[in-house]
Amino acid sequence: MARTITYQQAINEALDQEMANDPSVILMGEDIVGGSGADGEMDAWGGPLGITKGLYTKYGDRVMDTPITESAFIGAAVGAAASGLRPVAELMFSDFMGVCFDQIYNQAAKFRYMFGGKAETPVVIRTMYGAGIRAAAQHSQSPYSIFTHVPGLKVIVPSNPYDAKGLLIQAIRDNDPVVCFEHKSLYQSEGGVPEESYTIPFGEANVVREGGDVTIIALGLMVNRSLEAAEALAADGIECEVIDPRTTSPLDDETILESVENTGRAVIVDEASPRCNMATDISALIAQQAFGALEAPIEMVTPPHTPVPFAGSLEDLYVPDATKIETAVRRVAGYSR
Amino acid sequence: MALDREELLHIYRVMKTIRVFEERIHDEFATGEIEGFVHLYAGEEASAAGVMANLTRDDRIASTHRGHGHCIAKGVDVRGMMAEIYGRITGVCHGKGGSMHIADLDEGMMGANGIVGGGPPLICGAALAAKVKGTRNVAVAFVGDGASNQGTTFESLNLATVWNLPAVFVAENNGYAEATSSKYSVGADSIADRAAGFGMPAVSVDGHDFFAVYEAAGEAIKRARDGEGPSFIEARVNRYFGHFEGDAQTYRGPDEVEDLRANRDCIDIFTAAVTTSGDIALADLEGIDRDVLGLIDSAVAEARSAPRPGADDLLTDVYVSY
Repeated sequence: MARTITYQQAINEALDQEMANDPSVILMGEDIVGGSGADGEMDAWGGPLGITKGLYTKYGDRVMDTPITESAFIGAAVGAAASGLRPVAELMFSDFMGVCFDQIYNQAAKFRYMFGGKAETPVVIRTMYGAGIRAAAQHSQSPYSIFTHVPGLKVIVPSNPYDAKGLLIQAIRDNDPVVCFEHKSLYQSEGGVPEESYTIPFGEANVVREGGDVTIIALGLMVNRSLEAAEALAADGIECEVIDPRTTSPLDDETILESVENTGRAVIVDEASPRCNMATDISALIAQQAFGALEAPIEMVTPPHTPVPFAGSLEDLYVPDATKIETAVRRVAGYSR
Repeated sequence: MALDREELLHIYRVMKTIRVFEERIHDEFATGEIEGFVHLYAGEEASAAGVMANLTRDDRIASTHRGHGHCIAKGVDVRGMMAEIYGRITGVCHGKGGSMHIADLDEGMMGANGIVGGGPPLICGAALAAKVKGTRNVAVAFVGDGASNQGTTFESLNLATVWNLPAVFVAENNGYAEATSSKYSVGADSIADRAAGFGMPAVSVDGHDFFAVYEAAGEAIKRARDGEGPSFIEARVNRYFGHFEGDAQTYRGPDEVEDLRANRDCIDIFTAAVTTSGDIALADLEGIDRDVLGLIDSAVAEARSAPRPGADDLLTDVYVSY
């Protein structure tokens, strides 16, 4: 039975239902409870944006506040996963990957391969990403392509409440390390979410909008922006197909290529910095495997190659918006040799 | 906790196996047949043996890049280890990890680690798992004097303390982090004292003395098992070989290694200690020596003649499923 809830509630529900389902699921992160060791209330925060609120009250010790020591607690989540638990650790801002990257990059990702198949590391790392709230350079990045680059990791980028719950439950049940990127501006977005538990398989893109003229591939918050652009374009008779890959590792190559084979025109919208992001990765895929179908060069709509600026006037120029997406679509739609 | 005759003979066997294994790798590596990097533990045997004598198969350890000794003492198959170092498919990691990532999770060995300080956070995790599952198992992180400076180590000492984890941290201070002396790079006078600052019991012991290590480790491990939280042990050891094989060790004093071998060898010290009472004769130990030589000989021969992993093996075991 589906009802309308927020992305935040969907994440909370996924965690709640999996914790009820499996005693080996534990949570850890900075202030995911809030109040540890202090004289006031416990569960004071439930995470910086309240995502995990109520879980300590329900599950007690299985929900752990951590000191601000990412290397130690992300590493502990990894070590605990390799030792039979199913930890879900929160890396508060994906920008903080710098202080714990080794434990993800050289440890979690590589145990199974380096140890010849004996290791299973079912750790989930949930992390906030994305620009738009004037949080500036060190709290606004979108580094999912960096994790996608690493063999041994899986990466998911849910764009709506339904996908958030289903992908996160899948991630918790998955036996490989998964990094879940949640756009901070999506937490209050609403959508239909079934009450019961369900999973969404990795490597299955969602065709959010069908259309035969131009294929738009977009992730996270950019899915909504692309849909906005698609509506405006439809008024001019340009029908866009909007594809949300949902997971970047594994990536649903087939759905993307099938669409481009049909439309011959591709625009990829990626909020991440332009060098070596998902747009470049998907462009290479299309150029290599759908070259014959292409009627126009592939377009990428991305921010400029700069850190994320603070001032609102600058940040609004930085993050791709519906207008920029529209412009790119018109360019490929109108292109002829 | 007194060790009986059988246990003492076993300990001798463990230390001797490590010594002969490492000396043999030193010789074989020089022929060029072993690829990559190896970091030998010869000289430090009493530390590995002293700690591991207090552990069971279900307890977990994480090692450093200098992991062969920890592996052997923990019970990882010696033949599998040799094959791994030779890059063969019969290796304990099917040739996918090599010397620096040698591991066997079935034996509770969470791996040698190519990242200095990579182990302590993982051990916090293993200890957390033991605590959550209520198993009374413990987790031991080995670090060197180099890793004792790493942020990951400090963070792990703190995390283990605030979460009251059944963890033990053992710093094998061999005086050198690669080519740099610990006198230069460790700011405190004592690595143990520095660890004590994190709020856990911390001692410094002579790592050449099996019994000193065994006792200190025994206390620390019991404390952890009893739910009383983490401890730190600094074992003062010395390595005979270089940081890596190929390291000429010119940064060490002129007769430093020779003196150590002649006057402070931990296996000699152990031998002297256990043969004084008359319960164990030199002949008993010599019998073990022959066994060990035979084991290492056959391990090398088997490794050399085993097949190497091929194209099919390249792509396996990246994920459980993808």
